[in-house]
Amino acid sequence: MHTFAYERPATLPEVVALLGRHGTDARLLAGGTDLIIRLRDGTLHPGVVIDLKRVAELCPAIREEDGRLAIGATTVMTDIAADPRVRRDFMALAEAAAVVGSVQIRNRATLGGNICNASPAADTAPPLLVYGAEVVAAGPGGSRRIPIADFFVRSGQTTLEPGELVTAIELPLPRRRMGAVHVRRSRRRGHDLASVTLCCGVDEAGWTRLAYGSVGPRPVLAVDESGMLADPDAPEAARAEILERLFTDASPSPRSMRASPAYRLAMLRTLGARALRTAIQRLAEE
Amino acid sequence: MNEIETIAIELTVNGRRRALKVAPHHTLLDVLRDDLELTGTKECCLVGECGACTVIVDGRTVDSCLMLAVEADGAAVTTVEGLAIDGRLSPLQAAFLDKGAAQCGFCIPGQLMSAHALLALNPHPTLAEVQEGLAGNLCRCAGYQQISEAVLATAEGADR
Ligand SMILES: Cc1cc2nc3c(=O)[nH]c(=O)nc-3n(C[C@H](O)[C@H](O)[C@H](O)COP(=O)(O)OP(=O)(O)OC[C@H]3O[C@@H](n4cnc5c(N)ncnc54)[C@H](O)[C@@H]3O)c2cc1C
Ligand code: FES
Ligand code: FES
Repeated sequence: MHTFAYERPATLPEVVALLGRHGTDARLLAGGTDLIIRLRDGTLHPGVVIDLKRVAELCPAIREEDGRLAIGATTVMTDIAADPRVRRDFMALAEAAAVVGSVQIRNRATLGGNICNASPAADTAPPLLVYGAEVVAAGPGGSRRIPIADFFVRSGQTTLEPGELVTAIELPLPRRRMGAVHVRRSRRRGHDLASVTLCCGVDEAGWTRLAYGSVGPRPVLAVDESGMLADPDAPEAARAEILERLFTDASPSPRSMRASPAYRLAMLRTLGARALRTAIQRLAEE
Repeated sequence: MNEIETIAIELTVNGRRRALKVAPHHTLLDVLRDDLELTGTKECCLVGECGACTVIVDGRTVDSCLMLAVEADGAAVTTVEGLAIDGRLSPLQAAFLDKGAAQCGFCIPGQLMSAHALLALNPHPTLAEVQEGLAGNLCRCAGYQQISEAVLATAEGADR
């Protein structure tokens, strides 16, 4: 590994100042499960690595405030998967966190790192899209909120401005009952990045929210407000047509070695239909 | 060549306090093996896939190839060398021997650390929970069945 200077700021203003001073020569380090691999293989060679794990304002924590559940950027997957409030209101996020990598990876991998790395296969992205999460970003100009649907651009690229970092991810507490589920397909059981990662949520007003990743440059959200999809008694052909329309934004790359586009699209349809059934069932059991 | 700047850290390894200077780009794995000469922790894939480098940091397993040594400043680290009790194999280690879980042995330190952490959290795991708990530890000799048996036998033995 290339050497670098290591900074361990204790406060958010210090992080922002360091980012301002070092610009593109600096890299933020959370759990390191993506970053350290890229430092070692030489695709990244920053002069300065800024460790976020001891920044007071980012401390790993899940808090309920003002009708939202706020998850600190450095909260690890193990803690998200086990948190009773996440499991109560945002089960599909707990499910996604629970399948990231292995125990060892989940003990380090943070939610902030998962979305900032912006892999199209990021497993937490589909549930965050379904639940309408907001990303809280801090930078030289202060703090702002970015709807998660406006956050991802392509692999490794988000709409964070230079000098900004993510401090928290916030989920609005549900005002309507919702049933939701996360599912994915990977090449093998155990840890592997998903060939399709998907979340479906159905709420009591009849809306269906479907989000999927690993089938294009960024994770996608599609919504049906007609109520037809969520209604198991609606005509099957009409429902199939609507579901098909929700998949139109899928555009898997032919260059990926993990799975062919045809396979991914077939799995997207299979998993989508399956997740819709489970979401409807979960809503009924709520 | 430029002099690499080192950083002073303090940590506890297998119950013993250690103060040392580390290069910022050296991983915890590098420092355990090369500086502290604890070579039970193995280096293999270096991308978080195999688990040969698994150690316990503040009660949780991590792949030490994906953690910088400076990040362990202030932490309590347990490696496979720290499992024995008063110079005798722990019940888990003894069960690995008993069930023939070690073939070539290369993955075993990592398997032991994951199993040790699993049993600390969940003293009576099901087979499925053992398999999930050890999914981050690959065994090229494919001794998975014996490894799972050893973990389950340890859990059972703890009752007696
Ligand atoms: C073996 C293995 C298996 C994996 N399996 C999965 C899987 O199944 N599903 C999955 O989704 N991912 C998987 N991953 C990828 C990875 O573990 C996750 O993306 C993880 O959540 C990244 O978080 P981190 O804290 O480790 O990020 P880091 O590696 O620390 O950072 C990742 C990137 O985000 C930036 N960053 C981190 N935090 C912030 C912040 N607060 N603000 C701004 N930028 C920030 C960093 O600068 C870096 O560019 C796997 C990785 C490995 C090695
Ligand atoms: S060497 Fe660390 S996981 Fe393989
Ligand atoms: S015993 Fe040989 S790799 Fe597991």
